[in-house]
Amino acid sequence: MNKLCSVAFFALLMWGAAARAQFVVEVTRGQTQPIPIAVVPFASAEVSAASFDVAQMINDDLARSGRFRTMDVKDMIDQPHTGANISFDDWRRLNNDYMVVGSLQNTAADRYSITYELYNVLTRQRLLGFQINANRPGLRVASHQIADAVFEKILGMRGAFSTRIAYISARGHVPNRTYELVVADADGENPRVVTQSKEPLMSPAWSPDGAELAYVSFEDRLSTIYVQNLKSGERRRLSAHAGVNQAPAWSPDGKKMALTLSTRDGNLDVYVMDLETQALTRITDDPGIDTEPQWAKDGLSLYFTSDRAGGPQIYKVGIRPGDKPRRLTFQGSYNARPRISPDESQMAFVTQDEGGYRIATMDLRGRGDVQVVTKGPFDVSPSYAPNGAVVIYASRDHGRGVLALVSADGHVQQRLVASEGELQEPAWAPF
Amino acid sequence: MKRTISIVLLLAGTIMLAGCPKKHNVNEPPVAGTQVPESSSASGNEGASTSTNPLGGDAANAARSLNAAPLSKKIIYFDFDKSEIKQEYADIITTAARNLTGNPNLKLKLEGNTDNRGTREYNIGLGERRAQAVRRALLLQGVSESQLSTTSFGAERPAVEGDDESAWSQNRRVELVYGP
Repeated sequence: MNKLCSVAFFALLMWGAAARAQFVVEVTRGQTQPIPIAVVPFASAEVSAASFDVAQMINDDLARSGRFRTMDVKDMIDQPHTGANISFDDWRRLNNDYMVVGSLQNTAADRYSITYELYNVLTRQRLLGFQINANRPGLRVASHQIADAVFEKILGMRGAFSTRIAYISARGHVPNRTYELVVADADGENPRVVTQSKEPLMSPAWSPDGAELAYVSFEDRLSTIYVQNLKSGERRRLSAHAGVNQAPAWSPDGKKMALTLSTRDGNLDVYVMDLETQALTRITDDPGIDTEPQWAKDGLSLYFTSDRAGGPQIYKVGIRPGDKPRRLTFQGSYNARPRISPDESQMAFVTQDEGGYRIATMDLRGRGDVQVVTKGPFDVSPSYAPNGAVVIYASRDHGRGVLALVSADGHVQQRLVASEGELQEPAWAPF
Repeated sequence: MKRTISIVLLLAGTIMLAGCPKKHNVNEPPVAGTQVPESSSASGNEGASTSTNPLGGDAANAARSLNAAPLSKKIIYFDFDKSEIKQEYADIITTAARNLTGNPNLKLKLEGNTDNRGTREYNIGLGERRAQAVRRALLLQGVSESQLSTTSFGAERPAVEGDDESAWSQNRRVELVYGP
């Protein structure tokens, strides 16, 4: 009965969607050479029936990626909807390298058909030409898919516009705050509350298949790690030892969970739990704080934060018994909370310098070059998009928690402004 | 069709909820520093005890009255990035030790907190370090280990909102919460 109850309860919460954390994107720093593209408004006979702007969504996705400079509709000389009607010389003179044209048709009750084409303006070559059918709610999904296809065709890298993010939203004021774990589309639209509590929630972590979220809840005024299935709403308690239960991180194969536990005298160390047997293996054993574990791509070692040498620094250790941690960060007195890019070529982390707390990246393949990519002063919780192109992180703006994006090369920065609430700890879902 | 299903499920959920034990859907609103911590049903939780004993009622009453003390008697504040207990809080420690040694059924939970600078999970470690500093001071004064437990909220449960030193200094703290 108890199990059934929690299923019913969380299912209810999931339907009680929170439509308030929509992002307004402000590009605060742009790439020097973004690719110019024009996404022409789509032909739509039944504009009022659909009241949906496919081209606008594609345009916004591409602009938000930081890789493209999109053309304002008011600057367009005409609005062709098929390749046959494009005056390529004119569009070339307006400095466009690429063009997207198409149409949206209402084919039946709640049935729509989107036709789109991508052209190289220089060569006049058609690079993509597809038709997608969708119902009304499916139009958003279809538009993101088109943006993904355009992104991949031009850049040779999979687009991440159809993915999701999880984050914590703290609403209300101390001491009457409500905490919500929210899952939204990558553009901040369509937010759904996964769980909520009067006590803090933190550390959302995606399972590799994107079906479950692990997180920490203080709902009993003790820290506990839960795993919740997003489809059924069912959740299970994974770790509720005395003291600290923190920082869950799924292994790449989804069979193990790295986490932080404490001894009775408060020593935090990193452990690995076998999710089938619940057996724990202690990975670190040091009197300092060892926490914030993150898996290497091969699932054989962990990156983590430790203050064994004084201030927090980032280390890497194999999960086999007897492996000795190796220190990775040496610049500055505070380097913490590593996140690894999907191809493990780069690590994003939080560093402290005179600019406050900022996001930095380290090259993991070459000489370990470090680049500070955000301005601070309160930038924490970096998380890579599944294509590795962008890092989402938590920042503060006029005393409020906001989410922000920075491209992995540091060239493009954007803020995601929520309409209300304090947003924390973004975690980008896998593809 | 989809919509009908949602409504049916919603109704079913509501009905199921009506039959649920209360603790599943209710989190009592926290009243700062005055709430007796609920004993945890978590498996493997050595710190909390759910057993009842004949003196439990007395300890509950004692905990209630101790928790009703003014904040200045049950919160210890810390300097930035420090977990040393400052001299000015010696009285709070001594009084707490006396309360606990005088009533062996009384329990004390030490809730460690940090300001909101730095990474969240590392801050959990710093908050735990502060709670442990208070725990060690109490053990030195003869308090039994079994009467003490710690929880770290890190930066997650600020007493005061804000991104300046006046807020930060009030958030770097350990709260003493009594229970039976």
